[in-house]
Amino acid sequence: MNTDNLIAAIAADGAAGPPSIARRMAVALGIGGAISGVLFAYSLGVRPDIASALQTWRFATKLVIVLTSFAVTLWAAARLARPDANELRTLAVLVLPLAMLALAIAGELALSSPATWPAWAIGSNSRLCLISVAVLSVAPLAALLAALRAGAPRLPAMAGAVAGLLAGSLAATLYATHCVDDSPLFVALWYPPPIALATLVGAVAGHRMLRW
Amino acid sequence: MTDRETHWAGLMRAAIRGDDGAYRRLLKDLAPMLRALASRGLARHRLGSEDVEDVVQETLLALHLKRGTWDERQPFSPWLYAIARNKLIDNMRRRGRQVHIAIDDIGELPDGETTPTAGLNGMDAERLVSRLSGRQREIVVAISIEGASARQVAERLGMKEGAVRVALHRALRSLAKAFRAETP
Repeated sequence: MNTDNLIAAIAADGAAGPPSIARRMAVALGIGGAISGVLFAYSLGVRPDIASALQTWRFATKLVIVLTSFAVTLWAAARLARPDANELRTLAVLVLPLAMLALAIAGELALSSPATWPAWAIGSNSRLCLISVAVLSVAPLAALLAALRAGAPRLPAMAGAVAGLLAGSLAATLYATHCVDDSPLFVALWYPPPIALATLVGAVAGHRMLRW
Repeated sequence: MTDRETHWAGLMRAAIRGDDGAYRRLLKDLAPMLRALASRGLARHRLGSEDVEDVVQETLLALHLKRGTWDERQPFSPWLYAIARNKLIDNMRRRGRQVHIAIDDIGELPDGETTPTAGLNGMDAERLVSRLSGRQREIVVAISIEGASARQVAERLGMKEGAVRVALHRALRSLAKAFRAETP
C-alpha cells in the first residue's frame, strides 16, 4: 500500500465526528465526579455547619486551596493530552496550590499558639480523610483515563499522573466540605498522601494505557 | 504565521466540518513535507531511508486518529510537527535506537522543502494490511487501492454503508496499532 492509497482510505473515513479531547475529558469528569458525588452524599455528606464554617478563615482557605488545585490540574491535564504540550511550562502551574498551602501554614503558625499545633495537625479523623479521598478519586480517575485514550500525550505516564492529581483534587474538594479539621496543618499532613496515591496509580496506568 | 499554516489550518477546519475533499487535499499536501521531515530526521541519526515511508504513513494515521487533540484555536503546524516527531522517535526506538530529540530539533521546514516521491510503498504498511481480518482487508483494499467509495463497497459486499464506514475506521485503528506493535 503506498501513501496515496492510505490517504484515500483516511479521507474516506472522514475528519468529521469525534469530539475534541477537551470535551471527552469534561464528560469523563462529569461522569466520574457524579459517581463520587453520589457516593459522598450517601456516605459522608456536607458538614451541617457549612454556612457558618464558610465564615471562618481556615475552612474558607481550605476550600480555596483544594478548588485551586482542582482548577490548575484540570487545565494541566487537558494540556498534557495534546502532543504539542510544553510539559515544564504546564506543570509549573501546579506550584500555585502548593504556594497557597505554604502561605496558609505560615498564617496558622503565626496566628495560633504552638501548644495547639499538634492537635490541629492530627485532627479528629485523619484515617477517614485518607480513605475517603482515595476512594472518591477512583471513579474520576478511571473515567479520565478512559477519555485520555483518545488523547496523544507525548509523555503518557505524565498525562496519567496529572489525571490522578486531578481526580485526587476533585476527591479532596468533596471531602473538604465534610471534614471539620480545617487547619492548614491538617490539610498539609493528610490530604497529600491519598492524592499522591491517585497520582501514582494514574502514572502507572498512563504508562500502560495511553501510548499511541 | 505563514501562508502555509493558514492554508493547512483552513483545510483541517473544513475537514472537521465534514468536507472530505478538503481533508484529502490536506493529506496530499502534507505527505511530501512529512516525507522530507522523516528523511531528514532519519538521516540525522544515520539511519537508512527505507523507513521514511513507514514514518510518513504512521504520522498520517496518527494525525487522523488523534485529530481530536488539535485545538482549532491553536496553530495547526506545531501540533502536526509534534505528532510527526513522536512517530519518528517511535520508529527509531522500535529499531533499537536510543534517541534524544530535543523539543525544537525538528523545527519548521522552510517553505518548499519537500520530497515528492509519493509512489513509494511503506513496507510495513503492506505487511500490516495483509494482517487485517478478511472483511476489513477487503474494504481497505477496495477503498484505498481500487479507489471505490464506501457506498460502492457496501453494494459490492452486500453491507450497509454505515457498516462499511465502521469497518474502515476499525481497520485504520488496527493498522495504527499494528505499526506500534511492529518489531522488525
